Amino acid sequence: MTDPMRIRAVAKDGKVDVRVLMSHEMETGQRKDAKGVLVPAWYIQTVTATYAGRTVLSAQWGPSVSKNPFLNFRFSGGKPGEKVGITWTDNRGEKRTDETAITAG
Amino acid sequence: MNGNEERRKVIKAGGGIGLLGLLAAAGLLPAGEALAQQQWNSGAFGARNLADAVKALGGTPPAENKAIQITAPDIAENGLVVPVSVTSNIPKTESIAILVEKNPNLLSAVFEIPNGTDPFVSTRVKLAESTDVYALVKADGKYYFLKKEIKVTLGGCGG
Repeated sequence: MTDPMRIRAVAKDGKVDVRVLMSHEMETGQRKDAKGVLVPAWYIQTVTATYAGRTVLSAQWGPSVSKNPFLNFRFSGGKPGEKVGITWTDNRGEKRTDETAITAG
Repeated sequence: MNGNEERRKVIKAGGGIGLLGLLAAAGLLPAGEALAQQQWNSGAFGARNLADAVKALGGTPPAENKAIQITAPDIAENGLVVPVSVTSNIPKTESIAILVEKNPNLLSAVFEIPNGTDPFVSTRVKLAESTDVYALVKADGKYYFLKKEIKVTLGGCGG
């Protein structure tokens, strides 16, 4: 199982500031282990952020995004108590969705 | 109750079309796949130079534009974790991509910015060595870029 994301969504001045910390190895596929064997690539490929049934950000990532990826973005609208959801899928087909309630800034 | 359920379905469907339409419009999805799930652009992520990456993203050669802002350190002590933020002040910004010139594959990330979302993203990337980092912005169908040099004391590739 994958670990949950840490998501913080803060409403301020009519906008919601979203900060996400994902738990993922983001293995590049270029690194060798202690025995000199290439460690296969394993990384998040797509990320989608949703609010009120619509997409507020979507992303495609390569393996050069850092381990345990961080993401910050802002969208207009959104009130405290409403939900923001984040979904990622990785190159092994694994998928994870977490959501959080917007808090007042 | 039923009406409410129906309404939710409609909203859901509408949202889906919005995302896919956006991706298709951004040239990130081949036409035939426009109705499939969000597709990872293997061509763009496999690109080994800027021109190829831009081409795979569906764009014409970009023009430098100072209305793009890159916030990143001048010197990164650890190439494994380099914070990079990009803000585009170009009207009608549709997507923001981060590319690292001297990484084995240039393209790090592409973000689609729908209406109502600020043309700003912040994330952390790996840099193999000291390099130029490019922010590639698609706005109103055209591509623009800005680059910033980042010096790395400890590389982000190998082990």
